[in-house]
Amino acid sequence: MARQGILVEPYQRLKLEQVERIHRASLAILTDPGLVCFNRNAAELFGDCGAEVSSIEQGGAACWLLKIPEKVVSEALQAAPKVVKLGARDENNCLILDGRESRVHFASGSETNIWLDVDFQAYVKKSDPNIEVMVPEFHRRRGTVLDLCQASHLCEHLETLDAFIRPVNIQDKDITVDNKDVNKFFASLNNTTKHVMAGLTNLKQLDNVVNMAKLIVGGEEELKENPIISFITCLVKSPLQFVEDTTQTLIEICRRGLPVVVSSSPQAGTTAPIKEAGIMAQINAEVLAGITLSQLVNKGTPVIYGSVPVRARMDTLGDSYGSVETSQYNIDCTQIARFYEIPNYSTAGVCDTKMPGMQSSIERLFSDILVTLSGPQYLHCAYGLLDGNSTFCLLQAVLDDAHFQMIKFFLRSPRISQAEIDDTLKQVREVVATPQKLYIRYIRSMLRSGQLSMPYPFEGDGETDNVLALAYERMRQLLAQPVEHIVPATTSRIFQEIPGILPRLNVYEDRREQ
Amino acid sequence: MSEDVLALLKENVIQGRKTKDDEGIDESMSGKPGVLELTQLALENNISLETIITQGLTAGMQVVGEKFTTKEYFIPDMLASAEAVGGAMDILKPYLEASDVATKGKFAIATVKGDIHDIGKNIVAILIKGAGYEVNDLGTDVPTEKIVEVVKEYKPDFLGLSALLTTTMVVMGEIIEALKENGLRDEVKVLIGGAAVSDEYAQEIGADAYCVDGFHAIKLLDAFQESRT
Repeated sequence: MARQGILVEPYQRLKLEQVERIHRASLAILTDPGLVCFNRNAAELFGDCGAEVSSIEQGGAACWLLKIPEKVVSEALQAAPKVVKLGARDENNCLILDGRESRVHFASGSETNIWLDVDFQAYVKKSDPNIEVMVPEFHRRRGTVLDLCQASHLCEHLETLDAFIRPVNIQDKDITVDNKDVNKFFASLNNTTKHVMAGLTNLKQLDNVVNMAKLIVGGEEELKENPIISFITCLVKSPLQFVEDTTQTLIEICRRGLPVVVSSSPQAGTTAPIKEAGIMAQINAEVLAGITLSQLVNKGTPVIYGSVPVRARMDTLGDSYGSVETSQYNIDCTQIARFYEIPNYSTAGVCDTKMPGMQSSIERLFSDILVTLSGPQYLHCAYGLLDGNSTFCLLQAVLDDAHFQMIKFFLRSPRISQAEIDDTLKQVREVVATPQKLYIRYIRSMLRSGQLSMPYPFEGDGETDNVLALAYERMRQLLAQPVEHIVPATTSRIFQEIPGILPRLNVYEDRREQ
Repeated sequence: MSEDVLALLKENVIQGRKTKDDEGIDESMSGKPGVLELTQLALENNISLETIITQGLTAGMQVVGEKFTTKEYFIPDMLASAEAVGGAMDILKPYLEASDVATKGKFAIATVKGDIHDIGKNIVAILIKGAGYEVNDLGTDVPTEKIVEVVKEYKPDFLGLSALLTTTMVVMGEIIEALKENGLRDEVKVLIGGAAVSDEYAQEIGADAYCVDGFHAIKLLDAFQESRT
């Protein structure tokens, strides 16, 4: 039994003819100017299948200009699976991403450098010392592997969160490029029974990570059946460049047949045209090129159309995730991915502000609602991110869970059956005959059966706004709930067979509660 | 036997099941006697009126109030229970009149002349009746003369006045003046409520209290009655 996410009747921002126009523009881009590839293996694969490949030089590095004909792209799109399964330690938490069905699943995301701690301090009113209020204070610091354990732990208990993407970059002193991946995946997998997705820092660690997953599920075949891990590859550097290392990472993941996101994140105004038509044509060309490569490496590789388009801020030229256009771009990409019937990894809920509060809620709720309505199969970045995708905050993730509870409730199918109408007519006739003419008595069965939405869970009493304090309390409650760690025997094998995992992550030896 | 009936009566008040057809919260009770049937059964079993009220109805409402306070229950639950108790009080009324057992007090309520809004007024009436008061609901758009007449004839301990509109709330002051002119002002406590009015407005027109909602009204009524004893 897979997690159900929420099935939506998708909001279509683009007309079909506009989607087709973007598709044709993307194909045109892939032949002229084509795509610059810094990875020799990828260039050879494209050359072997009939793409025009010519050696060029940029910045002193060897690279190739790929001109990819429509036929090659079309064959890859046909070969790419329409349905991708993302497994989980608890199989009830697996996800079925069907590119033909607008069933949305919600995930955390990004790999932020900053971890935002929250603390509440008492402040006394100067003019009336009897009045004391609790005010949140936020403290920024570098993320650690134990923070990642905590994030995974919390996300395990967030009701609406369907899958875990490691949201924090682990920067402990004893984390190196050679042990980062195994620690990142172990910290995540050991604290959640949901699907775990992440990028890979060091290709040399791929097999260690895959072997860890095999140990957890029981073997190679079991991992194919239940891929508890998947990867994000940002092989495209916009505009239109395959970078050397991540392209090789994609190739190796495809060879192992594990699910992989081909992601591109152009910024309208700097690394992509500022016009909507332009950024759409370019990002689609970039993702199509990546998907094509995945199928050239291993036909049938479970690949996900990853789109993280964003508009530039005019004051800094940094990413503006909170801008309205960013939501428009993401919705467009979801429609384009659906045109190809390939599952879409989309982005919502990222905001420009640096800490939880009103601006954060406005920005993220705006994109959360609209992008969800467009029906991406996998909506990432949706929990806890602040300041673009550079900060993660547990408190914000709890607030986001409340947003998604409302959104999921809103998107439930209407119940307008004949039986409902008959029942309601009976009620109307009964109530009109009473002196008070109130329907209140009929609320209760609806209330108890979960058919009525609950009030906002962090509503303050009276005229005070206690949202952050109440959400903080909820966060503490969730972190106090236990999680189902990997069993001791498997943990022991992982620590024996997979090099580099930090001993402090062994919950059985350290007796450390994470 | 009487203990069983009283326990069931209390439980059905908690469940808010007025009759056997009500669902309540525990679905397994569906089809079994509700508060009205059990009140009738209690009378047939010669259980005293005071025992029915205190150990069945009021004891049940006490639990309902606690559940409401802890947010386990919502207003619809509270109203369902209050409505059930109100129905039981209707059954008991002729017996109460023939006995020396008194209700908690008499409460007349009306939406004032010119205003037809009655949702809040109706909810307050149900809650107050469920709390054990005898309620005379005069309806909406009630002329001042009729209200004065009811105070004179029915002799309520309390008069509740409701108005939603700023244009009709002024009638509340006129009613208080009319009560004074008829020498009735000291005979009845006047409580006002509704979206347009406030504590300050109650003081301005000389009302005895402003009620935020039905629960507040019950607290005020109980406090007034307690201060009289």
